[in-house]
Amino acid sequence: MLAFATKRFGLALLVAVTVSALAFLLLRASGDVAIALAGEGARAEDIESIRRIYGLDRPLLVQYFDWLWKMVHGDFGESLYFKTEVWPLVMEKLPTTMLLAVFSLTFALAVSIPLGILAAVYPNSWIDRLCLALAVVGQAMPNFFFALILIMVLAVSLHWLPVSGSESWAHFVMPTITLGYYIAPVFMRLVRAGMIEVLASDYVRTARAKGLSQTSIILKHALRNALVPIVALSAVQLGLLLGGSVVIETIFALDGAGFLAYQSITHKDLPVTQALLTLLSILYVGLILIADIANAWLDPRIRVG
Amino acid sequence: MTESYAPPLLEVVGPTSGALLRRRIFTHKGLLIGSTLLTIVLLLALLAPLIAPHDPYAQDLTQRMIPPLWSEKGTWAHVLGTDNLGRDYLSRVIYGARISLLIGFAVMVISGLIGAALGLAAGYFGGRTDMVVTFFITIRLAMPVILVALAVVAMVGGSLWVVVLVLGLLKWDRFAVVMRAATQQVRSLDYVTAAAATGASTPRIIVGEVLPNVLPQLIVVASVEAASAILLEAALSFLGLGVQPPLPSWGLMIAEAKAYMFFSFWLIAIPGTALALLVLAINMVGDGIRDVSAPSGRG
Repeated sequence: MLAFATKRFGLALLVAVTVSALAFLLLRASGDVAIALAGEGARAEDIESIRRIYGLDRPLLVQYFDWLWKMVHGDFGESLYFKTEVWPLVMEKLPTTMLLAVFSLTFALAVSIPLGILAAVYPNSWIDRLCLALAVVGQAMPNFFFALILIMVLAVSLHWLPVSGSESWAHFVMPTITLGYYIAPVFMRLVRAGMIEVLASDYVRTARAKGLSQTSIILKHALRNALVPIVALSAVQLGLLLGGSVVIETIFALDGAGFLAYQSITHKDLPVTQALLTLLSILYVGLILIADIANAWLDPRIRVG
Repeated sequence: MTESYAPPLLEVVGPTSGALLRRRIFTHKGLLIGSTLLTIVLLLALLAPLIAPHDPYAQDLTQRMIPPLWSEKGTWAHVLGTDNLGRDYLSRVIYGARISLLIGFAVMVISGLIGAALGLAAGYFGGRTDMVVTFFITIRLAMPVILVALAVVAMVGGSLWVVVLVLGLLKWDRFAVVMRAATQQVRSLDYVTAAAATGASTPRIIVGEVLPNVLPQLIVVASVEAASAILLEAALSFLGLGVQPPLPSWGLMIAEAKAYMFFSFWLIAIPGTALALLVLAINMVGDGIRDVSAPSGRG
């Protein structure tokens, strides 16, 4: 187990370093940073002096290692737009985004697990068909369009929830639903498929033969095994939610890292954009690592193979 | 080609595999509904200049914000009303189909070529090639698509082709993952070994033996990716970092209407519904192809 974990950790580290280099190169290759820094209509000599001050005239590789070295020591530089240090700025906003991601995942699981079980217990019934239809329609719905519909119904017409902002728990409700409904179908299909497989297995037949009640079989015997793949998928989806939060936080003006990313991108605030891109990628790599290790712990076969 | 290989006895005993396939296609409701819807959108896009009642770019400031026909103040002159610059909304929605379809198709082709090549190579050669490709896939998955796309478009400047290129270069991961797994399965089958034994070259085996047998999976991923590219373009344009005005991208139309959403929600509802219907149609066709090509693998 320890050997497996160490190997996976090494790989994750390699991935993280590569991603940070790629994020660096990508943003540098997309445009001239000095021009972006100087702003529109800057004179040529101003751009040149900015190039020198920020060390942008050095070779790209030197710049990257300089940036990596500082980043490892917690120095992400200074924001060009917010005029503060990047690290505290990002750390202030990240909890909101993580909270939103966890809420959305919980919402998605709370919807998809019961529906998935129902669909598996009564395959090809009207419940199964309804769940399938919901999943198909849900995945076709653009999430920003769905967000605007929610605002019109829940905030503007019914006055149940605030339109935007992040002052209270109520501000999290609509963003949570918008982010959560989109990933729910993936979970529902997995729960349904897993449950159908498990319900046909020998030990469930044995449990039936022993005369256990249907509820006990489904909840105690079948569900536990059908949920194993959900653990891995949850970690992956949590990572995707971090990225998806950019659109949703922007619509609802929820003051998290996603909204910060949008603001930094539109204001060409490169240090912030770069820090967020790198951090979110590393966070994703970390989540995958946890999922891998959790999976290996739950299912010993993975460790060997 | 299949007919020449089929023993004549089969045709006497029962329907041919082709007939069975045709029967599966024409009894699959989702596939029929989805492909009908997709065909309609395709025709609208192709024949836009003939169908659209007005020029989608023509502004008329005396005819601003006319509501659609079904509301009290609607007129037959503008069936879906007009936007804040007095442009005919129906014409813009029809021309918008061109942008969405173009994005979906172009991104699908670019990312499909990259992903399928990587996945086929990894699955067929295994070993070191597989390790390198798997590493590429892991790296790609670690970078949030929407964030990278937004950042690059902001730096390079938004345009239709920038969006196509950025999304095409980002979205190959699922192609690679699925093609890799499918190729690994097919690779060890007898007919591939047989082809190798007869002395067929590696490219010939991959193109002639492996590719045709992983094609159903490839088509299903392609449909998923086309749909997802269309949604991503809409999201990028909605955030102002995608297709630029005055192009009638559905995502951009929603963004432009956002300022008026409290009083004129139909300005958002119409392009939003168009977007959802197109994606729904593509997904239904994809699901349908999966069911029809592998009838036992459902559920």
